[in-house]
Amino acid sequence: MSDAAAITGEAHAHGHHRDLQHHFDTLEQQHEAATLGMWLFLVTEVLFFGGLFLAYMLYRIWYHEAWVAGSQELSIALGGFNTVVLIGSSLTMAMAVRSAQTGYRRATIGWLLGTMALGLTFLIVKVFEYKDKFDHHHVPGYDFHVDAAHAGIAGPMEIFFSLYFTMTGLHALHMIIGFGLMSVITWMAYRNRFSPQWYTPVEMSGLYWHFVDIVWIFLFPLLYLVDRTQ
Amino acid sequence: MSHIAPKSMYYTIFGILMVMTGLTVFAAFHHLGVFNFPVAIGIAITKATLVVLFFMHAKYSSRLTKLFVGMSFFFLIILLSLTLTDYMSRGLKTYPGGAGGAGYGVRSAAPAHEAPAAGENKEGAAEAAH
Repeated sequence: MSDAAAITGEAHAHGHHRDLQHHFDTLEQQHEAATLGMWLFLVTEVLFFGGLFLAYMLYRIWYHEAWVAGSQELSIALGGFNTVVLIGSSLTMAMAVRSAQTGYRRATIGWLLGTMALGLTFLIVKVFEYKDKFDHHHVPGYDFHVDAAHAGIAGPMEIFFSLYFTMTGLHALHMIIGFGLMSVITWMAYRNRFSPQWYTPVEMSGLYWHFVDIVWIFLFPLLYLVDRTQ
Repeated sequence: MSHIAPKSMYYTIFGILMVMTGLTVFAAFHHLGVFNFPVAIGIAITKATLVVLFFMHAKYSSRLTKLFVGMSFFFLIILLSLTLTDYMSRGLKTYPGGAGGAGYGVRSAAPAHEAPAAGENKEGAAEAAH
């Protein structure tokens, strides 16, 4: 498709950008509507995870002792490594959006592939962490038990691990969905679908990816770092 | 089309986020008493704010978008604060000399954790006898 055809649209040549929907006046207006819609979706996501954080807070207040003991069973090394990896992936994602904004196709693809690689690294580390929990019988409802020193708080510790698996599991699910989004966006970038005039899908996927990063920014201190002084 | 931030801004924000990650781990290993939780959550909120403002371009968004961003946190605060206000105040005395109920403060996980509730019943019975 030639550049002129890309601008006018081959199918119906009536002088507007290929990616401008008919119900919008300009690409700017369309981009603004997309941004607003994406943020509205993220509001529902904030409240979705917010409910889990609320459950976490309540049980943490009630069973503080079990929270401290449960937290100490988690590996700061792996959790910290994953925090660095995920914030790093936010950086590569931000750079991918910037490359799309400035029209550097190869750089966009490169940064997106980097983001996917870091996301995959995070998930692989998570698999090893989960495996460790199975090995130590810290999976709620699956032959769960704790060492003798914590026998008195086994029940509340099971609640801690239930929330650990629910929150990190739903977070990991979001990452897997994000990985799928990235694959589509990278394919679109490879097909040269984006330009400085229209790169909305890259930016919207970026908003989603950064949100997932923010969830982890809270999960890391709340789950791994309850109280390490004991 | 929209604001293009310099590359250096993204690297700077990333650097600050890394430093704050180190700081939150460092703080967790030190006795800060009641400040342990506020420090951890304070650092997390600051990091999240940086991501929202610069990585998610909220700083350069329209006022309507900014309103939506603020709205998500507004409703989150309502969800957390009103529910916790309810749970945390259930054991408070509702009148001078009144009974404190179960559900207040740290729960003991031992099997005897119904003890406070039993005490409350006794008080309640005593009042009924008056």
